[in-house]
Amino acid sequence: MKKDIILAGVGGQGILSIATVIGEAALQEGLYLKQAEVHGMSQRGGDVQSNLRLSSEPIMSDLIPMGGADLIISLEPMEALRYVQYLKPDGWIVTSCVPFLNIPNYPELEEVLARVKEHKNHVLLDVEALAKEAGAPAQAANMVLLGAAIPMLGIDHDKMLAGVARIFARKGEQVVNSNLAAVEAGYNYAISVR
Amino acid sequence: MKHLLLGDEAIAQGAIDAGLSGVYAYPGTPSTEITEYIQLAVSRHADGSLPIHCRWAANEKTAMEAALGMSYMGKRALVCMKHVGMNVCADAFMNAAITGVNGGLIVLAADDPSMHSSQNEQDSRFYAKFAMIPCLEPSNQQEAYDMVRYGFELSERLKTPVLMRVTTRMAHSRAVVETMSEPMPQNAMSMPENVNHFILLPAFAKRNYAELVAAQPAFVKESETAGHNTYTRGAHPERAILTTGIGYNYLMENYQEEMGCSILRITQYPLPVALIDQMVKDGAREILVVEEGQPVVEELIRGMVPSDIQIKGRLTGDLPRMGELSPDCVRVAIGLKPLPKHDSEKLVVGRPPALCQGCGHRDMYAALNEVAREYPSPRIFGDIGCYTLGALSPFHAIHACVEMGASVTMAKGAADAGQHPAIAVIGDSTFTHSGMTGLLDCVNANANVVVLISDNLTTGMTGGQDSAGTGRLEQICTGLGVAAEHVRVVVPLPKNMEEIKNVLREEIDYPGTSVVIARRECIQTLKRHLKAAKKAAK
Repeated sequence: MKKDIILAGVGGQGILSIATVIGEAALQEGLYLKQAEVHGMSQRGGDVQSNLRLSSEPIMSDLIPMGGADLIISLEPMEALRYVQYLKPDGWIVTSCVPFLNIPNYPELEEVLARVKEHKNHVLLDVEALAKEAGAPAQAANMVLLGAAIPMLGIDHDKMLAGVARIFARKGEQVVNSNLAAVEAGYNYAISVR
Repeated sequence: MKHLLLGDEAIAQGAIDAGLSGVYAYPGTPSTEITEYIQLAVSRHADGSLPIHCRWAANEKTAMEAALGMSYMGKRALVCMKHVGMNVCADAFMNAAITGVNGGLIVLAADDPSMHSSQNEQDSRFYAKFAMIPCLEPSNQQEAYDMVRYGFELSERLKTPVLMRVTTRMAHSRAVVETMSEPMPQNAMSMPENVNHFILLPAFAKRNYAELVAAQPAFVKESETAGHNTYTRGAHPERAILTTGIGYNYLMENYQEEMGCSILRITQYPLPVALIDQMVKDGAREILVVEEGQPVVEELIRGMVPSDIQIKGRLTGDLPRMGELSPDCVRVAIGLKPLPKHDSEKLVVGRPPALCQGCGHRDMYAALNEVAREYPSPRIFGDIGCYTLGALSPFHAIHACVEMGASVTMAKGAADAGQHPAIAVIGDSTFTHSGMTGLLDCVNANANVVVLISDNLTTGMTGGQDSAGTGRLEQICTGLGVAAEHVRVVVPLPKNMEEIKNVLREEIDYPGTSVVIARRECIQTLKRHLKAAKKAAK
């Protein structure tokens, strides 16, 4: 088993929480893991990404090579496209379709979404709307995205849910349940469109 | 025990487990998490059972000196900084190599090749060579953890400070680390055997320096025999590859066994002469040097092997001259084709970082820009921190930013040259790091400058660490000699815009040194404090 994942978004959106949950589940599975993060200046509303590598064999490089990623998970559609050169030719893009508009020259949204759709393997979803539908707060939008990526992660669905429960356990049952609902909403959406 | 740790956290845990007595540091990406991790660990032992000194220092020089004092008393000390912090502490660092140590002393420099969050990509290995002390450059998180313990032991055995150098991808990447179950006890307090070693009068310093020079072969021997540097003869030893630190990982990501290269993997300096000689003896005709940072080894090795051996690396264009390594550039350098991939997406535009919405620096710049426009040729000298982002859209407010504290003294130099208005913009933490002495220069010359301290009560850019002068900035400024009536305080909020502008105008028009403090808490730390207060109220 080997999965190379690029997590993308805008500073402050919460991509590292997604990485934390996947990492927790991967460790329980006994997988090797490396995760390179961005700290410092770029966290202030700039583009951020994290390279997450999982494997049943030891992992050498902390960074994913270009053309090596199995999956891009992004909380923002243009940010997903920023890393397509890292994606395998048949890799997956799982991204929120809602733009984060903090720059004056954001390209035409229709065109951004069309570019994502050009990739045969993609899931585009409105993570905030799905979180709301599931009765979860807006902060759980990243868990919807995580749920939508589960079918491509190579980690069992139930084990991912157990990981979510462990990560949020100290915040109380209510927070655990709303995050689990958010993950399920994303998962069900991805299964329905795949 | 197994833990998922950042490289920085592995170093911190390694230091705790090695019986650390004090960590001394000023925050700086990518080194900050080392000290934060130790602070958290100490705070979790509310019974005081983990007594490690871990308060932030005012700057890297004070940190280095305090660590040397801890070492003088026989205890283990760690100093952490980003690469440019090495410049700030260089005086203490270079001379610590001359005094030597009593308790183990590790200087941790976290370099930032590709300048993700820095103004240059200087390579700290030069400093180890410069000071003639051993340097450790772990290639993964586990090695980082283990090498801290070894580094303290080495430091105490060879009586020398040890530099440990990591880079961004090591500092800020997580992996599983196996740790010891019990930390080692801390050293008991003990005086140096020979106090004269720490009194660097020329007569004593000459003796110490001669000892340091004489110790060099022992340092090399340690590099050759400690087991961190490894040489593997290949089936085709005419092709050799030398890696340092995490360069090894990028090589192994791509390497195929049938290539049959000899591989020399270096994680400890000075360079292991015997291993390099062996590589040559085995018939190396070309050596590819894969190192993160500047071409330090590539230059050194040219003087160590016969001149007909071809040395390849960053200087020859086989690897990029600048920036951090990647699995991609190393792949091409060892003669493999790039992996098939998509072209990068042309539609994508840049998304530069920006000041947070609601940040006090924004209101400070809004007022400053309006006032500055009233003068024909204003010059605003910026400094290092979140507010450096004032150089970008929408403010375009500053005309210089060089290094910690330079705003104050560059404004002074500009004023000396005849510039008016000459304005410095500096954060509270940067001011206490390196701005105070510059302000004293301004006062002594009665320089016609305005020093605008944008005081957000924290060290914001690195994530909100304590700021050394919080609550005392006015006292510090008047204490340095700024006239009390020219130390003004404003609250940067939109509703106060007219008042702030008036204060700025008055102080610009005052022909002498004045300080305007724009004080409002960082909204990131404010959010955290409000959340904590809410939790406490429950």
